Amino acid sequence: MAGNVARPNHLASPRGAVTGSIGRVIAYVVLIVIAVAIIYPLVWMTLNGFKSNAELFGDAWGLPTKWRWENFVKAWNLGVVRYLLNSVIVTGASVVTTILFSSLAAYALTRLRIPFAGAITVLLLGGMMLAPTVALIPLFRLIQALHIFDTYWALIILYTAFRIPFTVFLIRAYMITLSREMEDAAIVDGASRWQVFWLVVMPLCRPIIVSAALLQALFAWNEFVFALVFISDTNLKTLPVGLLAMQGRVLSDWPVLFAALTMAAIPMIVLFLLGQRQFIRGLSEGFGK
Amino acid sequence: MSEASRLGRWSMLLWVAPAVVLLAVFVYYPVVDNILLSLYRWDAFSPKDVWVGLDNYVNLAADPVFWSALFNNVAYAVVSVVVQVGGGLTLAAVLEELVHGRLKGFFRTVYFIPAVISLTITGLLFQFIYNPQIGLLNQLLGGLGLGALEHSWLGESATAIWSIIAMSQWQSIGYVMVLFIVAMQRIPRELYEAAYIDGATRPQAFRRITVPLVREMSVLAMIITVSGAFLVFNEVQVMTAGGPNNSSHTLGTWLYKSAFFNDQMGYAAAIAVVIFLITITVSIVQLFLNRGKVVQY
Repeated sequence: MAGNVARPNHLASPRGAVTGSIGRVIAYVVLIVIAVAIIYPLVWMTLNGFKSNAELFGDAWGLPTKWRWENFVKAWNLGVVRYLLNSVIVTGASVVTTILFSSLAAYALTRLRIPFAGAITVLLLGGMMLAPTVALIPLFRLIQALHIFDTYWALIILYTAFRIPFTVFLIRAYMITLSREMEDAAIVDGASRWQVFWLVVMPLCRPIIVSAALLQALFAWNEFVFALVFISDTNLKTLPVGLLAMQGRVLSDWPVLFAALTMAAIPMIVLFLLGQRQFIRGLSEGFGK
Repeated sequence: MSEASRLGRWSMLLWVAPAVVLLAVFVYYPVVDNILLSLYRWDAFSPKDVWVGLDNYVNLAADPVFWSALFNNVAYAVVSVVVQVGGGLTLAAVLEELVHGRLKGFFRTVYFIPAVISLTITGLLFQFIYNPQIGLLNQLLGGLGLGALEHSWLGESATAIWSIIAMSQWQSIGYVMVLFIVAMQRIPRELYEAAYIDGATRPQAFRRITVPLVREMSVLAMIITVSGAFLVFNEVQVMTAGGPNNSSHTLGTWLYKSAFFNDQMGYAAAIAVVIFLITITVSIVQLFLNRGKVVQY
C-alpha cells in the first residue's frame, strides 16, 4: 500500500490507497482553485494600478499595455504619502505604549504580590469582552472633553486602551511559564525589581513581545471605527479612512485609486511575510490554550 | 507588616497603574456611561440631555431598519460559521494531511494574506469586482454562459448584504484555517498511525480523531466569528454605507448613521446597548464552554 509516494511523516497509511491517490489529485485541484480565487483579486488590483481608464473599462481581465508607474506617483502625491505617515506614527506609538504598559502589568501580576491582584487581573483581562463600537458614543464626548479630538493622541490612547487586555493576556501567559532561576539570582545579586524587569524578564520574553507587537501593529494599522469618528482633519487621517476619502479625490481616474490601494496593502503583507512565524505564534498563544 | 513594607506593597500598584487607568477611563467608563446615555435624548452639539426613559428602546423595537440590520448581523454570523469554521476546518485538515513541506507553507501563506489587508482596501476592491460594468463577477458569469445571474450586486437591496458577506468569507477563511492548523499540529501523529494500522480511511480519521481533538478550537473559532459578525462595520461602511434603501445596514453602521448623520445620539447609544448585550452573552457562553469537558490528548 505505502511506498509509491514518499511520505516521511507516515509510518502507516490509510486504507484504500488507490482511491486515496485519486482523492489526492482532486484535493490538490481544489486547493489550487481556492488559492487562485483568493489571490487573483489582489493581482487584479495591482495590475489595474498600471492601466489607463480606457483599458480598465475596455478589458477588465487584460494586462496593462504598458506599466504606468505615473499612476502610483499620482496616488502617492494625492494623499497616500500623508496617510501612510499618519498610519506609521499612530501604529508605531500605540505598539510601544501597548507593549510597555501590558508588560509592566503582566510582570506585576505574575511576580509581585500586589494588593487586589485578583480583581486587577479580572479587570484587565475582562476588557477583552468589550468592543470599541459599544463605547463609541460616550467616547465621542470624552475625547472632545479631553481636547484630543482630531489629534494623533485620540487614536494612540484608544488603540492602547482597547488592546491592553489581549496583550496582557498574551504576555502574562508567557511569563507564567518562564523559569524564575535567573530572576532570583539577579535579586540575590542585589538587582532592583526595575532592573530585573528590564534586564532579565523582558529579554526572556522577546519571542512573545515580538508576536504581540506584530498583532498590535496589524490591529492599529487597519483600525477603522475610531479613525473614522475621531479624526476629521484630512491631514491626520490614517490609511483606512484616508483611502475612502481618496475615492472622491481621484475624480474617476480609477487606476490611480487601484495604485493607492496596492501601495496601502503592501506594508502589512510584507510585515506578515517577514514575521509569519511570530504572527502565527501570537495567534496560537492567544487562542490555542 | 511594617509601615515601610506596607507602603512598598501599595507602591507596587504603580506597575499596573497605566494599564488600569487607561482601561478604566477609556473602556469601562464609556461602556457604563453608554447605558445611561441610552436613556436620554441628546445630539452632538446641544449639551442639554433630555431624560426619555426607555423611549429610545421603544423606538428601536418599532424601527424596521434596526430589525433588518439585526437580521443582517445574524446572516453574517450563520454564513461565517458555516464557511469559515466549517470550511477552515476542512481546509486545515486537507493541508495538514495531504500536503507536505514547502508547498504546505505556500498554501497556508496564500490563504492567510487577505486577512492582513485593511477592510477598506478589500472593500473598495470588491466594489469594483461587483461593479455591473467592469466587474469581474458579472464578466465571469457572462463568460460561463450564466449571464442571467448578473446583478448590480451592491446596488440592489436583495443582493447587497450577501455580496458583502461573501467578500468577508474570502477575506477571513484563511485566518480561521490557520487557527485550526495550529490546533491540529498538537495532535500526536501516533493516533493517526494507530488508526491507519487498524484500517481507517482518511475521512474516518478526520471524523474520529481530528474533529474531536480540535473541539476546543472549533468552539473558539465559532465564538470569534460570531462575535465578529455582530461587530461588522468597516466593510459595510466602505462598500454600501448601509444602502440601497438602508437594506444592507448592520447594527454597527446603523449606530454610526443614527449618531453622526441623523444626530440621534441617545438612539445610537441604545443600539450600542443591544450590541453590548449580544457580544457579552457570546463571551459568557465562551467562558462557560471553556470550563466544560475538553477532549484531552
